[in-house]
Amino acid sequence: MTREALTEIKDYLKNYDGEPINIMEVCGSHTAAIAKSGIKSLLSEKINLVSGPGCPVCVTPSAYIDRLIELSLKPDTCVCTFGDLLRVPGSTESLNIAKGKGARVEMVYSPMDIVDMAKADAATTFVFAAVGFETTTPVYALLIDTIVSEKIDNIRLLTALKTMPAVIEHLLENKAPIDAFIAPGHVSVVTGSRIFEPVSEKYDIPFAVSGFEGEQILEAIYGLVKTRGKGKVLNFYPEVVSEEGNTVAKELVDKYFEVTSAGWRGMGIIDGSGLKIRDEFSNLDAGSDGLTEDIKKNKACRCDHVLMGKLTPKDCPLYGKGCTPLNPQGACMVSEEGCCHTWISNYR
Amino acid sequence: MEKVITMAHGSGGRATGELISAIFAEEFNNDVLNKMEDAAAVDGSRRIAMTTDSFVVTPVEYPGGDIGRLCVCGTVNDLLSRGAIPQYLTCGFILEEGLEVVKLKRIVHSMAETAREANVTIVAGDTKVVEGKGGLYINTAGVGFFTDAGEVSAEGAKPGDSILVSGTLGEHHATILGHRMNIENDIKSDNAPLNDIVESLLKSDVEVHVLRDVTRGGLATVLKELAKASGNTFVVEDEKIPVSPQVRDFCGLLGLDPYYMGNEGKIVCIVKKEDEAKALEIMKNAKYGEDASVIGHVEASKPNEEGSLYSMTSIGGMRNMDILQGEGLPRIC
Repeated sequence: MTREALTEIKDYLKNYDGEPINIMEVCGSHTAAIAKSGIKSLLSEKINLVSGPGCPVCVTPSAYIDRLIELSLKPDTCVCTFGDLLRVPGSTESLNIAKGKGARVEMVYSPMDIVDMAKADAATTFVFAAVGFETTTPVYALLIDTIVSEKIDNIRLLTALKTMPAVIEHLLENKAPIDAFIAPGHVSVVTGSRIFEPVSEKYDIPFAVSGFEGEQILEAIYGLVKTRGKGKVLNFYPEVVSEEGNTVAKELVDKYFEVTSAGWRGMGIIDGSGLKIRDEFSNLDAGSDGLTEDIKKNKACRCDHVLMGKLTPKDCPLYGKGCTPLNPQGACMVSEEGCCHTWISNYR
Repeated sequence: MEKVITMAHGSGGRATGELISAIFAEEFNNDVLNKMEDAAAVDGSRRIAMTTDSFVVTPVEYPGGDIGRLCVCGTVNDLLSRGAIPQYLTCGFILEEGLEVVKLKRIVHSMAETAREANVTIVAGDTKVVEGKGGLYINTAGVGFFTDAGEVSAEGAKPGDSILVSGTLGEHHATILGHRMNIENDIKSDNAPLNDIVESLLKSDVEVHVLRDVTRGGLATVLKELAKASGNTFVVEDEKIPVSPQVRDFCGLLGLDPYYMGNEGKIVCIVKKEDEAKALEIMKNAKYGEDASVIGHVEASKPNEEGSLYSMTSIGGMRNMDILQGEGLPRIC
């Protein structure tokens, strides 16, 4: 973008005086990027950015965490997970607390790390905590591909995999006050931008696919304000996101996973919003079925309303008081990309 | 002598004596330590700065340094941050059974060389051996003497002051993390004693208001703490923050923020606005200061905004920054 074009966009967004507009950034990486770029300081008060349910750790229900803890306490079992899942509260405690009580939990940086661990310790069953959206699922498919081709018999996956368009439709059906969406960027790389067209057209709400640089996000917001009320998908990230997405990744995922209903923290069970391991590979599943129950560790937690864009983190009675990054009560305060975590680090 | 550390090396008997004479006495070799007294007798000063620190980094050797160099730099830089010239160090070693003696020797040698570079004398030490897996921990204490320039305090920032940083950010953090994650790169730790930068500034007529080494928690954490200590607002500019292209790529790959990456050889210096250019020149000409940069300024705070830290982003947005939230990277120093 030229300097002149950027200045024009900034002027427009700062001085915007039309009808107030609520724009939801679905993806946690966008929430963090918006804070890092200081975007909110550049917008008119009439343009309101709202965070959505796009942080995988934040939307994982408590029953899933409880099941992970149960597995981690079994003899000859080791649970492997990404770091930010360690501190997410289940109905009573987190994996980290369980680890302190003797549970076997290992933090890994890539799901593929588990292959070497399993080969080195045949007496242990390794369970990978497979959470994530379309962005991460191809890596889990690759892991299964390796397990199957190398005939490794001591790795299982406990899945809580989510997919995108259904949850957005769920928000709109439930009258979430959203006028436009910044589509999840990394998800769009895999799915392609076309996947948002049906919901956009059905509700006459524009979507913008955007990168993660400040300029790119400003351009997307500008585009959304200008196309308000129209069912259009705008792609401001064409160098990375195509209409069709990554077909190789999609085929690999399709080989091992099938669509299922999924439980979302605070939002209940949403049809067609998740993936599970196909029946022919179900011996690799560590018991992921039915982990949809969601019991709040702290009854006052408002993560559910925050995830649906109905409240901001500051509206939660626990925000910054009982709930902080060091002592999170709800999942949104745990992950670096969780909405409450981003708020407390940047907008306190 | 045996090739690995055993519990006998911590017995206080013959094996301990062998270890001390073969490694510590040989490498640290100075008149005070050589006396092998129960406590060191050294010359003093009217007012001194004292500090202590423990080092638990893994791995103990990494590109650009090791735990030996690190423990000297960490302690020396803490003393320098108060405007004190480092004089004496003590060191307590906790060795785990199974540690290779040649590795210990390398680390102690590196520690002795760094102490010579930083012009401090290691005047007392202790060694213990515990069960374990061949690891190594070091605790140090340091004494520094104040100069005629007096003490430098964290509270000293005044509205109008300029904020400088001595060089590029994030090397130590990226080195340790890259090593643990097996990410190939050519980033090296920045661990370095910053005597030349600080002593040159204190000797000059630059009015130095604050010095603070930038370690765990990174630049943003340090600046936020300094802003709070002074009750003023700090404003820095993203585009002036020095970060090497390698570290920037590494951060991009892993979603890390250079503002919150740990360092072991960088210092923040806050000076009177009129002295900004002179301070920058002095820092750039000093050892380990060639990439020094003016990164922002201090403002009087608006009511109820005392102790704020803002960064101005490349698109002109203002980001309100806090100290590092969450855990950061464990055992980085």
